[in-house]
Amino acid sequence: MEEPGTIDLAFTGRFGGFALNAAFCVPARGVIGIFGPSGCGKTSVLRCAAGLQRLEGYLSLAGEVWQDAATFRPAHRRPIGYVFQEASLFPHLSVRRNILYGAPRRRPPRPGEGTGLEEVVELLGIGHLLDRSPARLSGGERQRVAIGRALLSQPRLLLMDEPLSALDRQTKDGILPFLERLHERLAIPVLYVSHDIGELERLADHLVLMEEGRVIASGKLSELQSDPALPLATSREAAVSLDAIVTGYDPAYGIATLAVDGGEIVIPSPAGRPGTPRRLRVGAGDVSLARKPPESTTIINILPARILAHRPVGPHERLIVLGLGEDGSGARLLSRVTLRSFDHLALAEGMLVYAQVKGVALAPSAATPERTTPA
Amino acid sequence: MKPLRMLAAGLAALVLSGAQAALAADTNIAVAANFTEAAKEIAAAFKEKTGEAAILSFGSTGQLYTQISQGAPFEIFLAADDARPVKAVKEGYGVEGTEFTYAIGKIVLWSTDAGLIAGEETLKAGDFDKLAIANPQTAPYGAAAVEAMKAIGVYAALEPKIVQGNNIAQTFQFVQTGNAELGFVALSQIAGKSEGSRWEVPADLYTPIRQDAVLLKKGEESSGAKAFLDFLRGPEAGAIIEKYGYGTAAGS
Amino acid sequence: MPVPVLSSETVSAIRLTVELAAITTAILLFIGTPIAWWLARSRAWWKEAVATVVALPLVLPPTVLGFYLLVALGPSGPGGALAGLWGGRTLAFTFEGLVIGSVIYSMPFVVQPIRNAFEAMGERPMEVAATLRASPARAFWSVALPLARPGFLTGAVLGFAHTVGEFGVVLMIGGNIPGETKVLSVAIYDYVETLRWGEANLLAAGMAAFAFIVILTMTIVEKRVARSGD
Repeated sequence: MEEPGTIDLAFTGRFGGFALNAAFCVPARGVIGIFGPSGCGKTSVLRCAAGLQRLEGYLSLAGEVWQDAATFRPAHRRPIGYVFQEASLFPHLSVRRNILYGAPRRRPPRPGEGTGLEEVVELLGIGHLLDRSPARLSGGERQRVAIGRALLSQPRLLLMDEPLSALDRQTKDGILPFLERLHERLAIPVLYVSHDIGELERLADHLVLMEEGRVIASGKLSELQSDPALPLATSREAAVSLDAIVTGYDPAYGIATLAVDGGEIVIPSPAGRPGTPRRLRVGAGDVSLARKPPESTTIINILPARILAHRPVGPHERLIVLGLGEDGSGARLLSRVTLRSFDHLALAEGMLVYAQVKGVALAPSAATPERTTPA
Repeated sequence: MKPLRMLAAGLAALVLSGAQAALAADTNIAVAANFTEAAKEIAAAFKEKTGEAAILSFGSTGQLYTQISQGAPFEIFLAADDARPVKAVKEGYGVEGTEFTYAIGKIVLWSTDAGLIAGEETLKAGDFDKLAIANPQTAPYGAAAVEAMKAIGVYAALEPKIVQGNNIAQTFQFVQTGNAELGFVALSQIAGKSEGSRWEVPADLYTPIRQDAVLLKKGEESSGAKAFLDFLRGPEAGAIIEKYGYGTAAGS
Repeated sequence: MPVPVLSSETVSAIRLTVELAAITTAILLFIGTPIAWWLARSRAWWKEAVATVVALPLVLPPTVLGFYLLVALGPSGPGGALAGLWGGRTLAFTFEGLVIGSVIYSMPFVVQPIRNAFEAMGERPMEVAATLRASPARAFWSVALPLARPGFLTGAVLGFAHTVGEFGVVLMIGGNIPGETKVLSVAIYDYVETLRWGEANLLAAGMAAFAFIVILTMTIVEKRVARSGD
């Protein structure tokens, strides 16, 4: 497999009383979530990356320099696709002409090279919309068309600026599976700006955390989720995302088995054919700990793990970071326990414990949307 | 509500009384545009002598006539021709028997180029590109210019070179800006100028351009209006009129 | 009142007027579009000064504008220099001179609606086009122009109608030459001045009907365009 290289980015500047001083270097692969509160400069970073806004700085994709002290490629010379918060379809063109607007006109992509119309149409489920006017689409349909339009311009970097934030909850849930499919099927790196950690838990591989115009952390999603020094891990909604692969299904009990790094997780619903990659979400509040392997329990996921770190959360609780497996080298999990339990069990760093996972959320796939919470 | 209403009534009374005072004291006069400067000086002399004010409104004779026919509050009409005052009387806007010629317009062939005009030979030679005249259909000075050219026998030859100003003021601008090399303008327009070259067209080549005045029905009862007309006929006004390049019925 | 038959002079005035308005409108769409675009997009501090200059003909009395034009078109102005190229002395009293004058005094009627349309469009469509690899020129043709279509329609109609209706300036620089510079509005003015109110009425009524039909058609077309965009 070809080495994808990195996205190397640094911008500094000031506009309208706001100072941006953001830099990060991330692998040019998968979805890179840029997360932070409103007004932290996420969108500005994206606009600078697109060349829509010009600040001093540096940007390269896999070694190809788009901007430095001497270079500034204007937006139309950067091989990007940009999905705006509002779909911003051209109202005077049909859906078909919208999505073909940026497609290379001279030569349609050959199979295995670039992204073709049929593939995009199928991926986003917009075949029946092609001959309509954008004015007659729903919000979710519009955004899907906008994504398709960006993809067909054969970008080497996809920039998405809160593509779901203008949509209602239900529409959002309808589009996420399409984005997940995109993520699975296409090799294009995506910079995905969002202020909704839930979206990023499902989509991102890599995360850049921003605050007041600066990058405060950048790294793999699960590492940042489980870093006790960062605000993500200590929030009420703290959770980790686990990348899993389906290994089996027991039709008698209706139980699917998935392998994660350092352990195995079962869920009481079909998860797809063996080998299918799925993403699981485990909340810190859904994981309780035991010093010995519990017997006679209805909890079906009990995973040995080691305590890697812990820190207080509020006056009466502790957050514990676990590494799956006897040696603690597997995927991370978070567990939030009461201070009383922490003291009673005399938990400490390096200790082997048994994580009892009360609930696992399986990100719904585009084919079979579902959500399970086994008890 | 009550105090407000009283205030409004008071204001209305104030405005009305003011308006009536103005109506009683001032005489509204419609003046043909070509007579503007002379009329201002005459009005000033009139005020000095009698203490009464004359309010002058300037416009083309046709425009002013249309306004008068639509009820404009003019008491005297100083036209640029002798037809409109007669028409005013006939159609009932003017007071019969009050028309008289207050000035006689003279036309002059004029150019800003000091070497261009030698006399009527210049017209016969026709060695120029554009000749400006006032619209002969609407402006008496234009009609007089056509008449003079016909009298000399050059009209047919010069017709393609003629450009028309809508009024005599525009004709003057055409020549002054050099867009037309020469043109027939009113003597009154260049009375104070010495530059360029000119030929005063002999009075026997065209019908005198009589500018007549008439008392309008709205001024029939006004002593101020009658006083102004008397003043206009008198020697002081006559001197001003001649100074501005017009003839008077008495003088020429 | 007997209906006067259109004289050949009137017919020639009508033809001249339509020609003048059509040529003026075409020129204004051509040069007004880049001006409107610049006014809509530029962040230069002095752009409103330029906009004001463009708008001046709205408030200047036609006689003032006409006098300046007379000087500018004349032998000592740029117009005279231009006319010298084909052996003329002045652009006053020529059809070309009228076109120049009309372009200047009708400019705000064309530029303003187009500028408004460009401004109403916002930056976003051009940004979207840029992210889809459209060069600025392609984005302008394929996105900005179609989106600003109602502004172009309004500008063209107003520019045409205003050129047909303007007469103060034409009177000042035209010289009233039949077939060359005697346009409809001047003809109407002549009729009024010479008290030929019958002809004046006929032509004035014709012009009013023309303006009514044009503006009504424009409104209907615009509504239809807006509806088809839904």
